[in-house]
Amino acid sequence: MDFSLKDDRRMLQETLMRFLADNYDIEKRHGFAMSDEHFSREMWGQFAELGIIGALFPEKVGGYGGEGVDLMVVFEALGRHLVVEPFLPTLLAGSVLAGTGNIHLLEQAIAGDRLLALAHGEPDSRYELERVATTAVKKDDAWHVSGNKAVVLGGKAATHLVVSARTSGEQGEEKGISLFLVENRESVRCRDYATFDGYAAAEIVLDDEAAELLGEEGNGFPLLEEAHARAITAVTAEALGAMEVARAMTVEYMKERKQFGVPIGKFQALQHRMADVLIEIEQMRSAVINTAGHLGDTPLVRERYASSAKYLAGTIGRQVAEEAIQIHGGMGMTWEYAVGHFAKRIIMIDHLFGDTDHHLERYIALGRNG
Amino acid sequence: MDLGYSKEENEFREEVRNFLAENLPERISEKVRLGKRLGRDDMARWHAILNERGWLAPGWPAEHGGTNWTAVQKHIFDEETWAAGAPRTVPFGISMLAPVLHKFGSEEQKRHYLPRILDGTDWWCQGYSEPGAGSDLASLRTSATRDGDHYIVNGQKTWTTLGQYANMIFCLVRTSGEGKPQEGISFLLIDMDTPGVEVRPIILIDGEHEVNEVFFDNVKVPVENLVGEENMGWTYAKYLLTHERTGTANIGNSNAALQRLKKIAGEQRKAGRSLLDDPYFAARLARVEIDLEAMKTTNLRILVDADAGAAPGPESSMLKVKGTIIRQEINDLARRALGPYALPFSSEAMDEGYNDEPVGPEYANPIAAKYFNNRKMSIYAGSNEIQREIIKKTKMDL
Ligand SMILES: Cc1cc2nc3c(=O)[nH]c(=O)nc-3n(C[C@H](O)[C@H](O)[C@H](O)COP(=O)(O)OP(=O)(O)OC[C@H]3O[C@@H](n4cnc5c(N)ncnc54)[C@H](O)[C@@H]3O)c2cc1C
Repeated sequence: MDFSLKDDRRMLQETLMRFLADNYDIEKRHGFAMSDEHFSREMWGQFAELGIIGALFPEKVGGYGGEGVDLMVVFEALGRHLVVEPFLPTLLAGSVLAGTGNIHLLEQAIAGDRLLALAHGEPDSRYELERVATTAVKKDDAWHVSGNKAVVLGGKAATHLVVSARTSGEQGEEKGISLFLVENRESVRCRDYATFDGYAAAEIVLDDEAAELLGEEGNGFPLLEEAHARAITAVTAEALGAMEVARAMTVEYMKERKQFGVPIGKFQALQHRMADVLIEIEQMRSAVINTAGHLGDTPLVRERYASSAKYLAGTIGRQVAEEAIQIHGGMGMTWEYAVGHFAKRIIMIDHLFGDTDHHLERYIALGRNG
Repeated sequence: MDLGYSKEENEFREEVRNFLAENLPERISEKVRLGKRLGRDDMARWHAILNERGWLAPGWPAEHGGTNWTAVQKHIFDEETWAAGAPRTVPFGISMLAPVLHKFGSEEQKRHYLPRILDGTDWWCQGYSEPGAGSDLASLRTSATRDGDHYIVNGQKTWTTLGQYANMIFCLVRTSGEGKPQEGISFLLIDMDTPGVEVRPIILIDGEHEVNEVFFDNVKVPVENLVGEENMGWTYAKYLLTHERTGTANIGNSNAALQRLKKIAGEQRKAGRSLLDDPYFAARLARVEIDLEAMKTTNLRILVDADAGAAPGPESSMLKVKGTIIRQEINDLARRALGPYALPFSSEAMDEGYNDEPVGPEYANPIAAKYFNNRKMSIYAGSNEIQREIIKKTKMDL
């Protein structure tokens, strides 16, 4: 076994880390997050130029990577800087397009010329991937979709939406879900907002919207599941990056902050808790390596590792975020001091693509089937 | 042993309920229920309503406006007011400064300040913490130097909750550099309109302006604003910490939050069924409820003992630690209950006049913010680590 990064991945990592160190400090980040669109188009263009978007996709669809390890390297770095540009929506929707062979649009997205989003979750689907109530009907050979989509990451800015809709079956069935491409035109009603941690999302209403079928009718679920496994690898790596920063900031603070005449780092009660945090973050890293390394495996193996990682990102994330705030005392509670923003991202990631309980339950169910 | 409420206690509960039903403005309870911002006026109005009934300061001696309630009555009142969605009363004047004045203040100070706390003329804030003096409060450096019949105050306080609304601040200040740090501290009352006082906001992680920095630049404070004796302030501050117990356990608050959580969970659907029927969520909910039920009794045991005159001890530290853990756990479950709808957030939606349709369920918007905001509970009022230190030092001979 070899856990080291190959040269090309190390280069990717160094390029991205250097670029972020030079261009993405926390003040700039807040500026982007609080702008109208909640991200910077200029930054997105620069990420495209650097090849970072392409790193999320394999060569055969116009990218330069696309393996688990690429996702891990890129998203861990993004997590270290709380990058708000639409990498996750691009990865989600792009993975579907890669799976259905819509290479042209994907190439444009990789070049930064088009923005993609996956409109899949619905107001009462919670985290269940198969709970699709949006419907698609075929009229005179053309597909039309109708339904409500909830918390669509990057939904407003996207030029194209990949939409899940039911062409047959019941709300909770895997079979009968199809995937469609919808241009994000005027008639698509989009209510956009920022998430609590500063990322763009939207509620979307589709009313008889013209759509192009992607892939096979009624057979979209496996593609959705795979896209989500990739997104889980990405977002757990992102959480890992944010956790590493939160831990490092806390340890630094423990050395600087003096109370009772000594640095608070001298208090054993705090030392042991940070030792636990360190142990748990190593566990997190291993879980991310596991899910990244098994993305190409059979669906069952892939999904068990994805659920493991997401479960741990929720439990370990809570521990890391809460300890980081607590040990910073009042400073950890302020907007101005960055650690709280890392804590926010870490916790809110629990609400993306299934939380701790969802993935624990899913892990058990997958084990039963396997 | 008798765990039941007496007939009188049940009648008292009824009386409190009736009072709340008739007097708690729906506008205010609605804001509390939906997690909207409460302004100064909302808080002041609620104080005035309680004051009119004589219930604003239950803990005070009766001759100054207290109620002579038993510990159980105070508990009932706390539980009922929270359950009804009343805002918490602002503690700085009523339950932090007043007990110190009752015990150590001059007759003149009592006569002047106590009625003004009740009728809302003065809004007090607490000036203890400094940038360099948090857990190690005794290391505070804000100085008060005697100059004729004034003190000249210089320095900085921080984390001053609701200082933006206050006209008065009670401060711990250094009046002597001799001896142990605790020995040179005095308790001083400062009018915030005095030249040289400056208040600057600190924004918290939820984006809210709740705390402040307060700067003192050659601020002249009349000597009659000294409470008790010079250099005895630490004793008064410590008296306050062990004396004021109701509320430290957050029972009423947690109880109301748990009821709201259950309602939310009942409305949320997981795979088509109520979250209350989801074994994973139900187990989390049960665990915190079990903890809270035990905590209610722990709290009452301690309060009843204190009523009977037991010496104040580290019990309030126990209440603080466990009580805040429970409250924070409920915040954590509330965000979990929402699923993806914990994510959307709009600061404007927390304003009273905001009428746009909510994103997701109407109760969702403030929940993630509240989870983060309440991380403060294990930090302030003596962090939970400091409380454990107190328990270790006073309860164990290690
Ligand atoms: C929202 C909010 C409102 C507040 N309101 C007020 C107010 O109105 N008035 C006021 O005066 N103050 C107020 N405070 C201040 C509060 O009391 C302090 O934040 C608190 O005392 C901790 O001090 P600190 O923030 O400096 O943290 P520090 O003392 O620097 O502590 C940092 C960390 O070290 C830990 N630590 C410190 N000493 C030890 C030890 N011996 N052993 C183990 N661990 C230790 C702490 O527990 C904490 O986790 C408020 C704080 C907050 C967050």
